[in-house]
Amino acid sequence: MKLAVCVKQVPDTETRIRVSPDGAGIVETDVNWIVSPYDEFAIEEALRIKEARGGEVVLVSLGPDRVLSALRSGLAMGADSAIHLKDPLFDRADPLATAQALAAAIKPLDAELVLAGQQGVGGDNSQVPGLLAEILDLPQVTMAVKIDVQDGRAVVTRETEGAHEEWDVTLPAVVSAQKGLNEPRYASLKGIMAAKKKPVETRDAAALGLAAEDLIPRTRVVALELPAARAAVKMIEGDPDTQVAELLRLLREEAKVI
Amino acid sequence: MPAILTYAEQRDGKLRRPSLEAVSEARRLADAEGASVESVVIGSGVEGLAAALGAYGADTVHVVDHPELAAYASESYARALAGIVAGRKPSVVLVPYTAAGKDLAPRAAARLGAGLASDCVSLAWKGGRLEARRPMFAGKAYATVRWEGEPQIASLRPNVFPLGTPDALRKPAVEKHVPDPSARARVTAVHAADSGKVELTEAQIIVSGGRGLRGPENFHLVQGLAEALGAAVGASRAVVDAGWVDHQLQVGQTGKTVSPTLYVACGISGAIQHLAGMSSSKVIVAINKDPEAPIFKVADYGIVGDVFELLPKLTEAARAYLSTKG
Repeated sequence: MKLAVCVKQVPDTETRIRVSPDGAGIVETDVNWIVSPYDEFAIEEALRIKEARGGEVVLVSLGPDRVLSALRSGLAMGADSAIHLKDPLFDRADPLATAQALAAAIKPLDAELVLAGQQGVGGDNSQVPGLLAEILDLPQVTMAVKIDVQDGRAVVTRETEGAHEEWDVTLPAVVSAQKGLNEPRYASLKGIMAAKKKPVETRDAAALGLAAEDLIPRTRVVALELPAARAAVKMIEGDPDTQVAELLRLLREEAKVI
Repeated sequence: MPAILTYAEQRDGKLRRPSLEAVSEARRLADAEGASVESVVIGSGVEGLAAALGAYGADTVHVVDHPELAAYASESYARALAGIVAGRKPSVVLVPYTAAGKDLAPRAAARLGAGLASDCVSLAWKGGRLEARRPMFAGKAYATVRWEGEPQIASLRPNVFPLGTPDALRKPAVEKHVPDPSARARVTAVHAADSGKVELTEAQIIVSGGRGLRGPENFHLVQGLAEALGAAVGASRAVVDAGWVDHQLQVGQTGKTVSPTLYVACGISGAIQHLAGMSSSKVIVAINKDPEAPIFKVADYGIVGDVFELLPKLTEAARAYLSTKG
């Protein structure tokens, strides 16, 4: 079966965020770019399904040239080919415009399953899988922690607040990956070498059949700022009994939270 | 008169608290601009929920009721919500950023071709348009977001927007809608976690444990304090990755982002990706043996000490205090 996986390149979760001079983005120098961890779960799951049922895994990523390294990482894990969506028109893409471009690239693939991380770490919008499903007119299951693919359908376990739901979904479908779905493999040296020869196709907006008016962002970040510094910590001294009594007193009388 | 419309999530026939937070916020926004508030509730046998939505501020409640809508389903719920929004043309739509809301809002937004700002922590009018503030990079930065066009759809982080004062005398108008309940993905079973457990993202108090606990066999110390405080249990990524506890408990950048009233970090050093997930808590207590631990940089109250000695004492003292408090 054919599997498509959406891949987003994001700053490493250990990155210290600095606001760019225009006040609406981040300083990208010194940022270590990685595959969004949730997308790694999606890639891993696609590879496992391919290994169990046969087929082909195609990665799709939107962004500037740096995202090629994210695609190479996924190819090194074992994906077969990749599509890189690159166009100045994508620079201001919000989640809806991003999903439009991804959908245009994925539609002709006729994939039976489209996988993506449940959220791109950083932007933290958690929107693309649902947007993509609606644009492609496919059913969706988000926050998957287990996917059991059968003929023409899948049984997916979805995580919600304090519960797991079992979903029955007809294929083709869009499924988004939550932590707990699997443990992503590390690329082997052989995989890294092989990735260099795997096909990566680049497409711009025109090649996707999209014009500027299809990609107008509906939301935009007008300012980005670091959170206000918290007041200095009040250290509680003394022996353990004194510390415990004083902490409870402060929580009760000063913070008034218990 | 422009309307503000909210999606009211129910589970098992009960309105969830984030739904009431959304309608309370809608009321505040509406009162500032002379707008009306409409809510949409979808499910089976849910008409009775209109009264509570009215009490919290909805002028009109749209009820979409069908036996096949008893369980949440992305397609049928998004179709129903988007259909009502397309008909009513509200300027703003508010959806709780819960598991169901996270699934629903993008699908509905795509149907409407409208912009969605996720996980908002505050909303304000700026010259008749909505402006939202939302965390990015798991709270390492905050973005101010504006929309092009309408509706301006925002999903709201639970536990952040205060509840209004309900007025049981406010009776909303009720409009019933006939849905198309078809869906290609459906819930066939629900396995609830231990009942009585407090959900992390909705908890008022969270007690979290980290590597300082030294092993899974000691995690009961964290659970004991959580129980005494009526709190939810959280954990750092290190102990989740080590397999001590389920990943559902993880607080941080690849886990849950929480903003409780009180967060107690026990034996957690405070890696940047953990701080990102909890630094918007109102009051933070850190207990750690290392005085240099980064967790103390975000804490309000700190104790340098041994969790093995402090946690049992704190549990006992908290239990004694809360029992006298009643």
